[in-house]
Amino acid sequence: MDFNDTPEEAAFRAEARSWLEANVPSREELAGLDEIAASKLWQKRKYDAGWACIRWPEEYGGRGASAIEQVIWNQEEGKFSTPGGVFGIGQGMAAPTMMAWAREEHKRKHLPPLASGEHIWCQLFSEPAGGSDLAALRTRAEKDGDEWVINGQKIWTSGAHYSDYGILVVRTDPTVPKHKGLSYFFLDMKSPGIDIRPIKQISGGANFNEVYFNDVRIPDDQRLGEVGQGWQVAITTLMNERFAIGGGGGVGFKQVFDLARRIEVDGEPAIRDRNVRSKLATWYAQEAGLRFTGYRSMSALSRGDIPGPENSIGKLVGASKTQDMTSFAMDLMELSGAVTDPEYAERHGLFQNAYMGSPGGRIAGGSDEIMLNILAERVLGMPQDVRLDKGIPFNEVPTGAN
Amino acid sequence: MNFEFSDEQNLLRDQAQAFLRDNCPPSAVRTILDGDAPYDADLWQKVAEMGWTATVIPERFGGLGLSYLELCVIAEELGRAVAPIPFSSSVYLATEALLAAGSDAQKERWLPKLATGEAIGTFALGERAGQPRPDTLATRAANGRLTGSKMPVADGDVADFAVVVAACDDGDGAALHLVETGGVERNALATLDPTRSHARLELADTEAEPLGAAGEGWQHTQRLLDRAAVLFAWEQVGGAQAALEMAREYAMGRYAFGRPIAGYQAIKHKLANVYVKNTLARSNCYYGAWALSTDADELPLAAATARVSACQAYYFASKENIQTHGGMGFTWEFDCQFHYRRAKLLSVNIGSEATWQDRLIAAVESAEPAVA
Repeated sequence: MDFNDTPEEAAFRAEARSWLEANVPSREELAGLDEIAASKLWQKRKYDAGWACIRWPEEYGGRGASAIEQVIWNQEEGKFSTPGGVFGIGQGMAAPTMMAWAREEHKRKHLPPLASGEHIWCQLFSEPAGGSDLAALRTRAEKDGDEWVINGQKIWTSGAHYSDYGILVVRTDPTVPKHKGLSYFFLDMKSPGIDIRPIKQISGGANFNEVYFNDVRIPDDQRLGEVGQGWQVAITTLMNERFAIGGGGGVGFKQVFDLARRIEVDGEPAIRDRNVRSKLATWYAQEAGLRFTGYRSMSALSRGDIPGPENSIGKLVGASKTQDMTSFAMDLMELSGAVTDPEYAERHGLFQNAYMGSPGGRIAGGSDEIMLNILAERVLGMPQDVRLDKGIPFNEVPTGAN
Repeated sequence: MNFEFSDEQNLLRDQAQAFLRDNCPPSAVRTILDGDAPYDADLWQKVAEMGWTATVIPERFGGLGLSYLELCVIAEELGRAVAPIPFSSSVYLATEALLAAGSDAQKERWLPKLATGEAIGTFALGERAGQPRPDTLATRAANGRLTGSKMPVADGDVADFAVVVAACDDGDGAALHLVETGGVERNALATLDPTRSHARLELADTEAEPLGAAGEGWQHTQRLLDRAAVLFAWEQVGGAQAALEMAREYAMGRYAFGRPIAGYQAIKHKLANVYVKNTLARSNCYYGAWALSTDADELPLAAATARVSACQAYYFASKENIQTHGGMGFTWEFDCQFHYRRAKLLSVNIGSEATWQDRLIAAVESAEPAVA
């Protein structure tokens, strides 16, 4: 065990740091750019210098770096404030799925533009009738020659409105039990018949969408896995989902700690208060625990193990922590806590905005309850929930509608 | 960077686990819980024969000269087994105090005996309810003699010597002394966890050898607590893991409404939450182990982080283990109480969770001085 760099790692870190210092875009450089333009600018710059998606093989736009080098890069890039959230789903979920399941020519064609930020991808999984019970999705695909014709509706699709491509799970056979009748595709989001409608969230933003499919045609060539193997392919995506879900909204221990140093309680900084220290210490320990758990699983990855279900804890702990910390930060502000007016609010409303965004983090990418089920079943080996739809053809499963 | 124990250390863990399964089964813990013996002398002797008490003592003092990573591995397994022996007092505290502050003569006199387990040492800090500080200590040192009562002193009734923290007028206001307990009045104290004995020591103008310089006692104490916190945290993580396994095993075999209670989300989610806390604590313990083994500058922060999350994890695991067992978990006959008792004992033994939360934030503050 050694938390220090080896000489090779230290050299890699120094190289990464000096490149970052010289190349992270300044505030002036990003002024006037929206999130997508700013993210693309930074991603392209990293790509051109060989610092994009560094774990990926070089032929797909990466650097062929080791897991430990990825940890080092993340640590160093994390010291700067850089744009890039729009690539999380494409690089973190779609790309690993493509690497595992796509044909070589598709990988060579689609992975480099993902690494360079030229293409943004979205994930078309959830449906109005299939959220936590994802495999109950109803969007149909019917074969027509060399193509599939898609009809149905997806929901909660982050970034669908600015995405170039999407990964899609659909039902190709409703007469077999639900997990067996699914197939997995990727598609061009500009295909005719796709209708995207934004959903306004409680945070005021509209990052995700309803996506309607009306006779959308996808070449069979863009199927990943066999017909009926869609669930297995989807598991690859879901196992990587933890990379894509952040949801901290820029609030962590550091931000609340700094606030507690500035704000006064009983005539002295709040940080002197034992109750404040107690809460902050618990959050610090959670953050550190998540960080080191991440390092430990990277160590396991470098031995060739695949990411396991134990990684579900990152999102599970992180999302609630953000919610609790932002609520506590507002309490510290006392009467001003509810003020969101950027002119008057602490950090221009950072805490209030993250508070309103935090419920989404506990639901997106598998709700807290689903994460706990995964840990109980797949890590602790406890029995699955009772499933009344088990073994029954999908079109005979009871629904609220019939 | 490498965030794993070595193959040799993992082998040591397997050996320690197998050894304790044979030599410290729940029945051995229960014998101490129900009986009059202060500790399991037979187990203590075997543990010493295995060399565990000698782990980090340098070879020139009769030890094995291994690293603190090995000691962390052993600590986890002792915690898992709820071992009823004075290991933490003698190894994490007394041995460490001698290594840190002892003169060559003191080391030569005591370390070889600590290594073989022939001598048991302990550390005497507390006196009454509340957080001890140099200015609240009533025990005073003067001219090589100590006067005052120390309690609770873990293993104070069986230790051959105690490292006593006493108030003095120099430096940081405290001094460490080594007191041989042969002539000291010692009264066993009832505590929450009868599997670990405690005593009250009455020092009445008792002869004592200074350990380190007078006026540096408080600094030594803080350093000692930081180091011990990592080892205690590993014991706590081992206990928390054992409590989780116990709860899981019971839930898998206990049927209600026609199926194992392990199949109900109320139980699944409860134990998944235990697993989450245990995992965070374990990962923080890795960092603590590294900081301890390399004497890193980050040790105070790493130790407090490991300690805080380990206190939280073991308490949570131990109480939810009882809850999972239902009424049977509340009976004397079941072993759930071992963890519930030990979890609380370990979480106050070297300062409470709240104290370590305070130390954690203090460490962050000193790493990041406030901007005026």
